[in-house]
Amino acid sequence: MKALRKFLDKKKPLFQKGGKLAKLQSSFEAFEAFLYVPNITSHGGTHIKDAIDLKRTMSVVVLALIPALMFGIYNTGYQHFLSLGQLANTEFLDICIYGLIEILPIIVVSYVVGLGIEFAVAQMRGHQVNEGFLVSGMLIPLIMPVGAPLWMVAVSTAFAVIIGKEVFGGTGMNIWNPALIARAFFFFAYPSKMSGDVVWIADKADSFSGATPLAHAASLVDATKPAADIIYNTHLSNTWDMFVGLIPGSIGETSTIAILIGAVILIASGIGSWKIMASVFVGGYTMGAIFNLVGGNAYMELIPAWQHLIMGGFAFGAVFMATDPVSAAQTARGKIIYGFLIGFLAVLIRVMNAGFPEAMMLAILLMNTFAPLIDHYVIQGNIKKRLKRVKVNA
Amino acid sequence: MSEVKKIKKGLDIKLIGKAEKVLEKADRSETFAIKPTDFPGLTPKLKVKVDTEVKAGSALFFDKYHPEVNFTSPVSGKIVAVNRGERRKILEVIIQADNELQYEEFKKANPTNLSRDEVKEELLKAGLWAFLRQRPYDVIANPADTPKAIHISAFDSAPLAADFDYLVEGEAKAFQMGLDALAKLTDGNVHLNIDAKKTQSKIFTEAKNVVINKFAGVHPAGNVGVQIHKLDPINKGDVVWVIRPQEILFIGRLFQKGIYDVSCKIALTGSEVKNPAYYNTILGASVRNMLKAQLKDDDKIRVISGNVLTGTQISEDGFLGFYDSQITVIPEGDEYEFLGWALPGLKKFSMSKTFFSWLTPNREYRLDANLHGEHRAFVMTGEYDKVLPMDVLPLQLIKSIMVEDIDQMEQLGIYEVAPEDLALCEFVCTSKINVQDLVRQGIDLMIKEMS
Repeated sequence: MKALRKFLDKKKPLFQKGGKLAKLQSSFEAFEAFLYVPNITSHGGTHIKDAIDLKRTMSVVVLALIPALMFGIYNTGYQHFLSLGQLANTEFLDICIYGLIEILPIIVVSYVVGLGIEFAVAQMRGHQVNEGFLVSGMLIPLIMPVGAPLWMVAVSTAFAVIIGKEVFGGTGMNIWNPALIARAFFFFAYPSKMSGDVVWIADKADSFSGATPLAHAASLVDATKPAADIIYNTHLSNTWDMFVGLIPGSIGETSTIAILIGAVILIASGIGSWKIMASVFVGGYTMGAIFNLVGGNAYMELIPAWQHLIMGGFAFGAVFMATDPVSAAQTARGKIIYGFLIGFLAVLIRVMNAGFPEAMMLAILLMNTFAPLIDHYVIQGNIKKRLKRVKVNA
Repeated sequence: MSEVKKIKKGLDIKLIGKAEKVLEKADRSETFAIKPTDFPGLTPKLKVKVDTEVKAGSALFFDKYHPEVNFTSPVSGKIVAVNRGERRKILEVIIQADNELQYEEFKKANPTNLSRDEVKEELLKAGLWAFLRQRPYDVIANPADTPKAIHISAFDSAPLAADFDYLVEGEAKAFQMGLDALAKLTDGNVHLNIDAKKTQSKIFTEAKNVVINKFAGVHPAGNVGVQIHKLDPINKGDVVWVIRPQEILFIGRLFQKGIYDVSCKIALTGSEVKNPAYYNTILGASVRNMLKAQLKDDDKIRVISGNVLTGTQISEDGFLGFYDSQITVIPEGDEYEFLGWALPGLKKFSMSKTFFSWLTPNREYRLDANLHGEHRAFVMTGEYDKVLPMDVLPLQLIKSIMVEDIDQMEQLGIYEVAPEDLALCEFVCTSKINVQDLVRQGIDLMIKEMS
């Protein structure tokens, strides 16, 4: 490793001010910092520092996403062969290889496009390359349908990085979760590729229904169809499949188990906010329970409240999207209110508006927008307490 | 006795190199220095020149805006240098010590028989006033104020901190006399805040003329700012004074013996010290003789006057800081680490559990001054809250300081914090933000705007 270090030290002047390649300084430094934790020491302030940095933080989040990714790969193959009716005579390995071939290009496109823009922007501004996209680049493929055309993924990613993040000043400055911006852009720009029953299964047989449980549930609203049949004939009656994740859906969002493993990693390492995760689930359950009590149509009456938590992107959004520290509420109390409202609104929109069966994305983006407002009131609470103290003493 | 106040939020950082409670001998220091940079916000005016002969207790410089506040020489001897930095800012006034110390003579008296003004005058004249610091702002107390209370933390919870029980050992009389003098300065109480478990010394537990409060828990439980916050938080307009036990001894000795005697014990600590132990020395002493035989010399090192969280970096022949009872020596760590962010990290310390060192919770660490990353914008939230046991929103306060919003700073509690109280926030910060510097900037701005 010493040789590599020497090589870097030798080439460094080329990229520094006055060097031939000075324009590429940000890129060089990004690679250097990737290979070596820099030799910067503290001056003034605390002489020792916690070993954690943004790279470590982001890699832990990516690690937490791996179970969902692995399951997504398997499930892509599983759904494909299931639709063809060949599941029984296909090896486990072949299922995984098929899934990998389908998904890998989406991941590559997401990272290449996103990191490309990040590097270019850092270069233009003379900034360091921030680590934020390491996570966004993995989140974006996981919330795409497997049938998403690659160029659409590329355009959505570019939109998310530029409009969702860089125009605000880069990592740490954005208002909305960049990965969700990518999905929202995709959803509204190319609706036919993000809804219906074709896009969720790779190369499915035409005769096979590829609708997601969410879509089935949404169809319960239509009183002309017998509700019991819909539930009985679809995944809605097989909640174990829904929990494990053997259902059509976006690549990484189907398996609640895999997502919960990720949640455990995030909470145990202290990186993800358990307050947000827990309150999202509580919020979703509360709204579901209210629907169960009040009733109105088959969707409200027959889908138990807890089932909302394992359907669609709810769990994935709660664990990986709502918890993005930059776009979430920042105060401890604010996090609980923010999380609760996300869960609450997600189920509300999902049930009340058949046009948006996947409401989690919208609920999170909406609450991202309101997070500063929630924080504002929490902060005012702290200020009032302080003022009150003065009055009591005076 | 009173109830124990428990401090739960915070972090004990276990480091290698805790000083053993034995008094080691080192050659006497030849040079001493008083550093105006130890006093935030001070504009010093020199009273001496190079070659001036001084006695212990002779004024070296004074505060331009409070000319009655003197800073005096810890020893007798000759001024050998006045080192200046940028824009002729005075950095150090260096004194070459005599072999036999000569003392300025001050009045011997029992402080209980003196009036408030007489006590004040004695302290100001002898240069002991500088040990009294005020909250808000964490600067030297204004002699014109009468504080609401005086707070003394009788223990230090910082990493490798000196044991205050040991520092005051055998000086019960001077300590009590010092407390009696302090009691004259306030209409309120003198609070002596002890560690419910660790404080054993009767000098503290049986002190008279004070209110004894008990604290327990993790660092920063020993920070006087945290203790004040738990007992009686500072509101706008309040002034509270603070002082440390060893400095109370100096005050006691002034009234007992009529001299400015700032000899003290200090702890030499840290992973790069061969035998961490205590030393007898005098405030402002050069640390060279003490370090001479004690440094492990395999790595580049950093010498800190004070602790690793709030101390000041000094050179190997630098001088002990005015408010410090501890010298810490750690590795510099200005090296590159290959893929350091990706390794399991069994020897790395982190509050988070992202490194596998959490498997060994009782391990003592050898930490260096490396940042372990680069400066970034704020990304993580909730980290600061875990290590600040105050009803203050640290992240929001720091942000209000960054945008210089005076009203918001005031509303969010700038009066209640000192940089040292947020030192742990700086330690745990993923984005490596210089929190203490920012707090000091915010305080400076407040002082400027409010005066």
